[in-house]
Amino acid sequence: MTIIAENPIKAVAAPSQVQQKVIASLNRRHRKENLFRRLGLTAVLISLGLVAVLFINIFSKGLPAFWQSAITLDIYFDPQIIKIPPMPQQRDDESDNDFRQRHIEWQTEIGFVNFNRLITDSLQKILPDANKHRRDLARVVTSGERFALRDMVVADPSIIGQTRTLHLLTDANIDVWLKGNIDRSLPDGQQQLSPKMREWVDKLSADGVIQNRFSLALFMNPDSRSSLASAGLAGAFMGSFYMMLVVILLAVPMGVAAAIYLEEFAPRNKITDLVEVNINNLAAVPSIVFGLLGASVLIGWFNLPMSAPIVGGLVLSLMTLPTVIIATRSTLKAIPPSIRQAALGLGASKMQAIFHHVLPLAIPGILTGAILGVAQALGETAPLLLIGMKSFVASIPASPFEQASALPVQIYLWQGNELRNFFEARTSAAIIVLLLMMISLNGLAIWLRKKYEKRW
Amino acid sequence: MSNLSLIVVLLILMALGYQLGMTRSRKVATVNPDLRMHSRPHHYGMMVGLWAVLPAFFILLLWLWLAPAVINSMMLAQLPADVAALAADELRVVSQRIGNLAGNFGVVADAADWELAAAEHLRQLKANSALVLTALMAVIAAVGMLYSLLRITPRLKARHQVERVVKALLVLCSTVAILTTIGIVLSMLGETMKFFSYIPPGEFFFGTTWNPRFSTVGVGEQGDFGLVPLLAGTAMIAGIAMLVAIPLGLMVAIYLAEYAPVKLRNTAKPVIEVLAGIPTIVYGFFALVTVGPFLRDLGAAVGLDINATSALTAGVVMGIMIIPFISSLSDDIITQVPKSMRDGSLGLGATKSETILKVVLPAALPGIVGAVLLAASRAIGETMIVVLAAGNSPSLTANPFEAVSTVTVTIVNQLTGDNDFSSPQSLVAFALGLTLFVITLLLNVIALVIVRKYREQYE
Repeated sequence: MTIIAENPIKAVAAPSQVQQKVIASLNRRHRKENLFRRLGLTAVLISLGLVAVLFINIFSKGLPAFWQSAITLDIYFDPQIIKIPPMPQQRDDESDNDFRQRHIEWQTEIGFVNFNRLITDSLQKILPDANKHRRDLARVVTSGERFALRDMVVADPSIIGQTRTLHLLTDANIDVWLKGNIDRSLPDGQQQLSPKMREWVDKLSADGVIQNRFSLALFMNPDSRSSLASAGLAGAFMGSFYMMLVVILLAVPMGVAAAIYLEEFAPRNKITDLVEVNINNLAAVPSIVFGLLGASVLIGWFNLPMSAPIVGGLVLSLMTLPTVIIATRSTLKAIPPSIRQAALGLGASKMQAIFHHVLPLAIPGILTGAILGVAQALGETAPLLLIGMKSFVASIPASPFEQASALPVQIYLWQGNELRNFFEARTSAAIIVLLLMMISLNGLAIWLRKKYEKRW
Repeated sequence: MSNLSLIVVLLILMALGYQLGMTRSRKVATVNPDLRMHSRPHHYGMMVGLWAVLPAFFILLLWLWLAPAVINSMMLAQLPADVAALAADELRVVSQRIGNLAGNFGVVADAADWELAAAEHLRQLKANSALVLTALMAVIAAVGMLYSLLRITPRLKARHQVERVVKALLVLCSTVAILTTIGIVLSMLGETMKFFSYIPPGEFFFGTTWNPRFSTVGVGEQGDFGLVPLLAGTAMIAGIAMLVAIPLGLMVAIYLAEYAPVKLRNTAKPVIEVLAGIPTIVYGFFALVTVGPFLRDLGAAVGLDINATSALTAGVVMGIMIIPFISSLSDDIITQVPKSMRDGSLGLGATKSETILKVVLPAALPGIVGAVLLAASRAIGETMIVVLAAGNSPSLTANPFEAVSTVTVTIVNQLTGDNDFSSPQSLVAFALGLTLFVITLLLNVIALVIVRKYREQYE
């Protein structure tokens, strides 16, 4: 340190033996001091570096997956192929059941229409040698897009006979090939695309017919196993949304109420001590144990549906309850007793003092705690696996009682998909979506705290 | 009417009662100008609202609890004599079929005439039940509202009544946490007892092989349910995690608390705490696709045979996750050590590092031990990192480069497979869960006791 440099001992011409010993030992000790200090700085830098590596790794892997290969085609909605009667309308003299019957028949008829022919016909126009490779031709566009065409026809039957220019998602393997996620020098036997297909794809890509476009499918579609390129997060997102709704409606009010009682009303005795220890312990119980509770009590005894967001929400509510209680209690504790005394002194009842004067002051702190609890619940996976949310769900849930997935569970399912070189990026993209949601929640909490924080 | 719409109607009634009560109390006040009302008008309003809703709500709960059984027995009473004479479990199948018919779901095989008749009867009963319930609730709500409206006088202590209800509600909410703990313990104890009726506890706790097989293999082929390899795997991974997290976390805490300039401290601390907020599934994926292959290549470069999914991979990544737990808690504890102790040491000529190592850390040691124990319990209970990155191979090994399995992974595997819920293969998950619960509980209690004791010392 600086003190040695100006050490008066050094100025003396000939240091005695004792002085030499002292200087030597001081130098040794200062070296140790420096070493220790550098060690600390290194530890901080390593930790910061780990955060950076984690984020850079996930983002560099996942960002490309937000753009996906799409082919631009002129689709002719050929009346020769789409031969369906107009959508049935309910007649006045018709009962609901009869109408439903007719509607189902009409839907069956639509189901028989070969919408894929529209796509292959259009492809034939731009690929001269297409006729010799019909199997490959049918695989250029991912299989989910034929349903998109069907939905267009159902939504607007007047489209039949017209030509529309559409951007259709290509097969997942084409995306992998074009993004270079597979070694192009591999022999044919190990390639996922046939030689002809690779030739076509490279040509179409060079012509600009196949382009990388922002993937709306990732956000708008539910999960899919038959059409991997159009597998999306919408179902998982809705599942997570319903669960967070349950957590916000249950865990937050209940946690705040419990905290108010424990902090303001409860007498200090053995029982409240026990409750306090219990809540602290509950906050540290592994999340998977809450999953076991959900599996045996909610599903086993109360017969609630498996894989439903309502059950997931209940389990996550119980899990976040201690977090909310602890946060609310510490906020209430920080509010000075003078506020309560002033209210009581003016004749308010205890209940009035707390609900009219203490609680409004505590709201920013309570909100911060609640948001952090919700963020924690949003990222939780293990308990959800135990209540059956591991299953594949190919629809967007319309209510909290239907089968659903959740964002973290979707990540778990996608990382296990066999088409590794497509889903590694897509999983990272899903992780980015989850992380962004959590970061914005945490940011909101920090902003609230900064804006309304009061120092007493 | 569905139960949800009933509740909505109740809420509307509550609002109505509130308005009526307020109006009524104001009127009473103007009629008796020389008497002061005991409570504010909104207290009377709230009281009337509660009187309108609470009794009706209890009736609703009671009805939901009792009605299904009553309706079912009424339906069964109407069945033909030969069907009614069936054994209890066969009757259950029958009522299930009829329930499906009544709900317009399909049933296997054609429905017999008596079944259709019973289904029609059941539908009728259900409709009647809903009607009776609605009527009953309406009457009770109206009576409650009228009764409380008529009771409003200047002397009525409405505020006391309302506050008593609110307080009861607060108490109810604070018991939920206790109920959760009791629920966890009871449900897991129950299932664990069932498991121990198949496998003796001694075999479970001291068995050294884990090979549960599948429940379909047949009776007598129970498989081995030895806990030891799982515990060993758990301990190894948690141990590796602590080896990574304790030195890093502690040095971070010391540097940030004692050396770092305020600016660095204010940025570095929240950034490192980000690590604690990242979902564990993200760490699992990171371990699987990045850290695992990296460690394998590193091992290959120095001639070590490291599996990509191994105890080492899972442990290292878990260690990264735990750094902020240790650093934040230790940081708090180190800054709590009184300044006078530091000043005394520095005044005697000790360097800063000597002060830290010989004065501050010993004083903070109990708290740091507490922080480490809390982090260890977190590591033991961690699931997703291990599910993805530890390789799931329940063998007893001391080699951290091999795949292992842990208690948490096994719980997930046993409960998410296709096992029958009442087979020992599924029930063992609850025995494992209870073991995990007890271990983490012990660690937490010890940690909390240590931390508490330490806090008292310097306050």
